[in-house]
Amino acid sequence: MTRAGFFRLLLLSVLVTPGLLHAIPTLAADAWNVERLMSMLGRQAEGRATFTERKYLAVLDAPVESSGELRFRAPDRLEKITLKPRPESLVLEGDTLTVTRGERRHVVKLSDYREAAAFVDSIRATLAGDRGTLERTYALTLGGTAERWKLTLLPRDPAMAEVVSRISITGSRAQLGEIEILQADGDRSVMRIAAAALR
Amino acid sequence: MTRRFSVALIAWLAFVAACVAVIGETRFTSDLSAFLPRTPTAEQQVLVDQLKDGMVSRLLLIGIEGGDAKARADVSRALARSLRSDPAFGVVENGEPVHRERDRQLLFENRYLLSPAVSPQRFTVEGLHEAIGESIDLLASPLGLLTKSLLPRDPTGETVVLLEALDAGRRPASFDGTWASPDGQRALLLAQTAAAGSDLDRQQDAIATIERAFAHAVADAPASAADMHLLLSGPGKFAVASRAAIEGEVLRLALVSTALIVALLLFVYRSATALALGLLPVVSGALAGLVAVSLGHDVVHGVTLGFGTTLIGEAVDYAIYLFVQSGHADEAGDRRNNGGAALWRTIRLGVLTSIGGFAALMFSGFPGLAQLGLYSVAGLVAAAATTRFVLPHLVPPGFRIRDVSPLGERLQSLIDAAGRLRGAVLALALAAAVVIPLHRDGVWNHELAALSPVPAGEQALDAALRADLGAPDVRYLVVVTGGDREAALNAADAVGQGLQPLVADGAIGGFESPARFLPAQAVQQARRASLPEPGELADRLDAATAGLPLQPGRLAPFVSDVAAARAAPLLTRADLDGTSFALAVDSLLVAQRDRWTALLPLRAPAAGPHAHELDVAKVRAALGSLASAPALLIDMKGESDRLYADYLREAVLLALAGVAAVVVLLGVALRSVRRVLRVLAPLVAAVLVVVAGLVLAGVALTILHLVGLLLIVAVGSNYALFFDSADAFARPSPRTLASMLFANLTTVVGFGVLAFSSVPVLQAIGGTVGPGAVLALLFSAILAGGRADRRSAEPRSATPLSASGR
Repeated sequence: MTRAGFFRLLLLSVLVTPGLLHAIPTLAADAWNVERLMSMLGRQAEGRATFTERKYLAVLDAPVESSGELRFRAPDRLEKITLKPRPESLVLEGDTLTVTRGERRHVVKLSDYREAAAFVDSIRATLAGDRGTLERTYALTLGGTAERWKLTLLPRDPAMAEVVSRISITGSRAQLGEIEILQADGDRSVMRIAAAALR
Repeated sequence: MTRRFSVALIAWLAFVAACVAVIGETRFTSDLSAFLPRTPTAEQQVLVDQLKDGMVSRLLLIGIEGGDAKARADVSRALARSLRSDPAFGVVENGEPVHRERDRQLLFENRYLLSPAVSPQRFTVEGLHEAIGESIDLLASPLGLLTKSLLPRDPTGETVVLLEALDAGRRPASFDGTWASPDGQRALLLAQTAAAGSDLDRQQDAIATIERAFAHAVADAPASAADMHLLLSGPGKFAVASRAAIEGEVLRLALVSTALIVALLLFVYRSATALALGLLPVVSGALAGLVAVSLGHDVVHGVTLGFGTTLIGEAVDYAIYLFVQSGHADEAGDRRNNGGAALWRTIRLGVLTSIGGFAALMFSGFPGLAQLGLYSVAGLVAAAATTRFVLPHLVPPGFRIRDVSPLGERLQSLIDAAGRLRGAVLALALAAAVVIPLHRDGVWNHELAALSPVPAGEQALDAALRADLGAPDVRYLVVVTGGDREAALNAADAVGQGLQPLVADGAIGGFESPARFLPAQAVQQARRASLPEPGELADRLDAATAGLPLQPGRLAPFVSDVAAARAAPLLTRADLDGTSFALAVDSLLVAQRDRWTALLPLRAPAAGPHAHELDVAKVRAALGSLASAPALLIDMKGESDRLYADYLREAVLLALAGVAAVVVLLGVALRSVRRVLRVLAPLVAAVLVVVAGLVLAGVALTILHLVGLLLIVAVGSNYALFFDSADAFARPSPRTLASMLFANLTTVVGFGVLAFSSVPVLQAIGGTVGPGAVLALLFSAILAGGRADRRSAEPRSATPLSASGR
């Protein structure tokens, strides 16, 4: 896998989560559409949640599981702290992504990776409810009801499509429940968010 | 007269011919070695070798400014492409992944020779179980996306171990796939020249090549690139630029001071003959100085010639004294002999004190200063001897110059009036004596860089480009040597094993080692021997994967890779060609004087109790406990600070010795403590005021300023001596006064011109001695004038004193 491809995936696995952290009570939606969802998600808050992620890889007989905590602070800081099976932390702040695993620390500038930067922009656009920016990178499809919705993101950029085929996010109102990332090689990962931990 | 004329002329011409013969054989250099120590310690030798010939000395830092970011990235790519195709350059890096694929391929294919984790234990059932389990855990992490495809061939994760080591160093920021400064305003490149840093001609060619390639790249780029400009730095650039600066400067300084002094002499003498005769001691002095340095040292430094221009201003003084005195003495008839003898006594003492000052420099460990001392001593002796023994015989009969007595008389009355300023001089000196201790923290410059001939602006650019490239200054370096490459690599490997525990417990952040990408053959052999046979490995994998979500059958590629690795040849330096490890290994593993030296730069931890400042005591302890080879821990900053402190201490000692020599000479000649003090008082005042002036102007003093202060005393004592006299008249004649004024002006011109030099070391001496010489004359005159005032008032007060004495 190319380095850029790796980072696109890496970001993908981290960055689609912030929307899950918004537990803003909403009034019953008159008309349920992408715009309504964006406006609910766009109201940012500081928050925490626990996650459990399973990766289904062709090379392994059984899925590998990891769990830990997600933290988000407006406007642009996101942490993914993995506790099991090995402690690892990913911190995204502004343009800088820092991965710490054991004694190793990797610091990467997002702007070094154009596709990745576009992806961050789209996440920030999601948080800000900026549907226009989001739609520049993905084709958005929203299904279900406000109580039980499913947002599907399909990459528009062919370079990105070589790595990711589809991202599906399900949730209820502003509460996100699960993110599924389907990779182009058929492997997939599913992250469940325990939203109750939000403060 | 005619016979004496011919003898004198023939003797002088013979001297010139001998000098020219010696100078014809002289080697000149303008490299930086004038600023490097002559007798370094082992630690300093490493520093000096790195500066002169190390791989570091071959790196040129390139910045591109102007235009927009996209255009800069395009020009960076075009420039790099052009340089990469030029054999004058080894490695050219600009962030493009030209080596990335080959680097990874080399690491991957040789992972069982390179990975420090490879050992017989790792290929036991337990070892395999643990390593594979860890790799599966890694798949759960975001980093697992990178390693997923590697698992079937490398389930023990050796590639990850190697990639982590590879990525440990900081990398520059980038834009559009090429390196850029963190603020995005500059594109950055790094070029390694094939020529050594000390090969200035080839460095100059390399720099010209870069400039040409940049011009082409800009010409081919869109119009937005038109205002782009190139920034270049690095040891090679510094060396070439300072050579050009010194060479250009020496010529320019010599021409300017000669022109100024010729103009001054014409103004005084109004005679071409006198001008020609007046320059005779100067030419003799310059030749003699050059010959002395040429004979006394291996090579003559260009910077010595730069300092040497000050000799022009000094040597011409003697002729001025002679002409101004003798021009008048011809008429004075019988007073001639007496006046002449007294004058020569004073001049002789002046020459001796000057020589005393300069002679102290001859013992400096700084080759530039030692040569300056020798040059000046020889030059002054030759100039004075020429004036004394040759010049009088060459003066044509009836030779006359303009009468300067009227000017002298005006000066006389000025000095009488200036006597009233005596109190002001004392107050000024006292104020200076108060100001200096108040600013004592900023008085001295403690950086070795202060001695560098590289202008501060260039040094700042270099620092900025280095910071942009994220290349932190290496402060600590472990050095091991061996009789051959393998011995050095073995020693580096042993040091690496000793340092590894320190990385784990946070005493150091990490280290580089040539053995990381080119392990010693013995180490590679041991790793290769750890690999089990294919059948045996397959059996162990069956047992090792029990309880893991991985079928051993999926690891067939691993088994065949290990089988291939068992038969593969060991990695050699040649295998690294075309990868970025070639540059790394060549920088860290160098052959010097029949020995191989391996360098292991240490990094400070980024966080923890030793953040940004590694635990030196632990490193020393770890190195001390190594049984194998003696390893040297070098603190590059400490070493260069120590080097500078040594210089400074030496310069202080030399300056004191020089002043002591001047004082002893004065004591022997004057035979009176009071008269010695009287001669020294204006000099001390001048030194104090110059130091206070420099300090107030925000100049941090270097050892060259200190040397300048010594020269104020050595040169200024000439003037003070004229104002001192044992006889009752107690004041110089108007003619002597006039000649002193001219002599002072020529000295000020000689040193003052240096003050406008762009070479910092020359500028420091010129900026100290120029003003100091003026003040020494001024203060000598004022203090002497003050004494004259009192003396004229003395008769009334002297009587009661002498009466009481009886």
